[in-house]
Amino acid sequence: MSPRKTYILKLYVAGNTPNSMRALKTLRNILETEFRGVYALKVIDVLKNPQLAEEDKILATPTLSKILPPPVRRIIGDLSDRERVLIGLDLLYDELADNAFSSGFLDSVDEENDTPDPESPSDS
Amino acid sequence: MQFPPASGSTQMQVQKLPTGIEGFDDVCQGGLPIGRSTLISGTSGTGKTVFSLHFLHNGIKHFDEPGIFVTFEESPLDILRNAASFGWNLQEMVEQDKLFILDASPDPDGQDVAGSFDLSGLIERINYAIRKYKAKRVAIDSITAVFQQYDAVFVVRREIFRLIARLKEIGVTTVMTTERIDEYGPIARYGVEEFVSDNVVILRNVLEGERRRRTVEILKLRGTTHMKGEFPFTMGTHGISIFPLGAMRLTQRSSNVRVSSGVPRLDEMCGGGFFKDSIILATGATGTGKTLLVSKFIEDACRNKERAILFAYEESRAQLLRNGTSWGIDFEQMEQDGVLKIICAYPESTGLEDHLQIIKTEISQFKPSRMAIDSLSALARGVSHNAFRQFVIGVTGYAKQEEIAGFFTNTSEEFMGSHSITDSHISTITDTILMLQYVEIRGEMARALNVFKMRGSWHDKGIREFVITGNGPQIKDSFSNFERIISGVPHRVSTDERSELSRIARGVASED
Repeated sequence: MSPRKTYILKLYVAGNTPNSMRALKTLRNILETEFRGVYALKVIDVLKNPQLAEEDKILATPTLSKILPPPVRRIIGDLSDRERVLIGLDLLYDELADNAFSSGFLDSVDEENDTPDPESPSDS
Repeated sequence: MQFPPASGSTQMQVQKLPTGIEGFDDVCQGGLPIGRSTLISGTSGTGKTVFSLHFLHNGIKHFDEPGIFVTFEESPLDILRNAASFGWNLQEMVEQDKLFILDASPDPDGQDVAGSFDLSGLIERINYAIRKYKAKRVAIDSITAVFQQYDAVFVVRREIFRLIARLKEIGVTTVMTTERIDEYGPIARYGVEEFVSDNVVILRNVLEGERRRRTVEILKLRGTTHMKGEFPFTMGTHGISIFPLGAMRLTQRSSNVRVSSGVPRLDEMCGGGFFKDSIILATGATGTGKTLLVSKFIEDACRNKERAILFAYEESRAQLLRNGTSWGIDFEQMEQDGVLKIICAYPESTGLEDHLQIIKTEISQFKPSRMAIDSLSALARGVSHNAFRQFVIGVTGYAKQEEIAGFFTNTSEEFMGSHSITDSHISTITDTILMLQYVEIRGEMARALNVFKMRGSWHDKGIREFVITGNGPQIKDSFSNFERIISGVPHRVSTDERSELSRIARGVASED
């Protein structure tokens, strides 16, 4: 069995704009349906934490940043181009390679979400 | 509300923020409008980045106004290095939290675009930095590069519009650079000017007679006044300097103090010498003795323990020293005594604006009481009339401002006979004109000297013979019986003795 990969993802959003909402929804969907492995997702709102955007030199929102596994990749936009997201996260190739082992586990979902909005999109 | 409190009646007017860039505040009559964005547009290599850095540097250094530099092209390290070449210690300003370089340069790893996006990250970062550092000035370099980072032109356009609105709301004064393709074409690429259109400054770097000439033009400053047209500027060791000729005020004090030309007889002809803060032009063909007059003028200053500076554009240092020795003038000794500075340069070595900047810098450091340029006409080679005129006005204006007596030479084209001294535009701004020329008398070439014009003083109208000897120049009256000397082919006046005597008798009678 292939070793389970650990993913660390950051998603920068700008408040509750439609683009941000769509990006978050799409990303959740991908993680739930096509991803097998351990992941940590951190959602950062640049309106609330601009200093984090500064540290990571974020210009566009939404930006999905894959910190681990290397290489670091950035995908900007509302992630509506699903295929590009999968390529960007190296998920498509994994899928091809993992086809033999059809039964993967969705082991754990570590999720950090620092958007303390009351209408937090986590209930989507 | 975001604007700084203004006093009384000026409340409604557009307030201006001095840039501190030499000459620029004169051209825009006070500075850039406070709390607004100004577009700095120019082709590649016109000095847009230097301009914006200079703007921030001056704000921090002279006005204690922190600044934010947003870079989309170069890395912050490159910017610090480039600034150091202008003697600006931006590193120190960064360490003191006076300057923040916001790195928005492209990610070397690249990025994928998957769907629609905005630039809230950038806008919030700028907003955050402005508040954190209490910045008053922001420079964004360059808008064009933002467009180049993303394919979605309409998105970038919308987001920059949003950014500008935000900056205006915060009340910072912003310069944004943008690239254009033609020197005299559309203002900017991607139609940037359509949404940053309040204030537009254009920097140019035009090829003119095989030389580069930089100019700055303020296209518009909405709601306020500015000077119109192109003004030459240089990027020297201290950043950008603009020479606003029209802004130079004719308020120079004029002095009645005379200085000697170094030739006693010439002083007599000028009614006691040149005025202390006047501009003297010696014009004549090659070999008529212009450099000799320059040398005597310089020597006289040095003999009186006054400092003098000589800019030579025709002869090398060695030639000057040798020529000086042949007239009994020891330039080398004067230099050792620290009263003389000789600067030799090829006119073609750099542009006229840079020559002007060099002259100004040397004068401000050496603080001479006299200066000489030998020759002015060498500098006119291969440049447009307009550029040369601006240079001459720049030099004379500066000399007058510093109350320096300036002695310039002009090599005329005409070898003999009358020549126009007005064609180089230099005659009108000089106070005294000495005309030197060759005259053919009895099969020999003689030299003639005439004080052609001298503002504000009596002067000798006679045409004198000018003889160059081993001890320097001698001025003689030998031409008194000739006329049409100026034409180069004089002839002897055969005066009727009787009528001459009666004329003298009449003169004596009237004096009684």
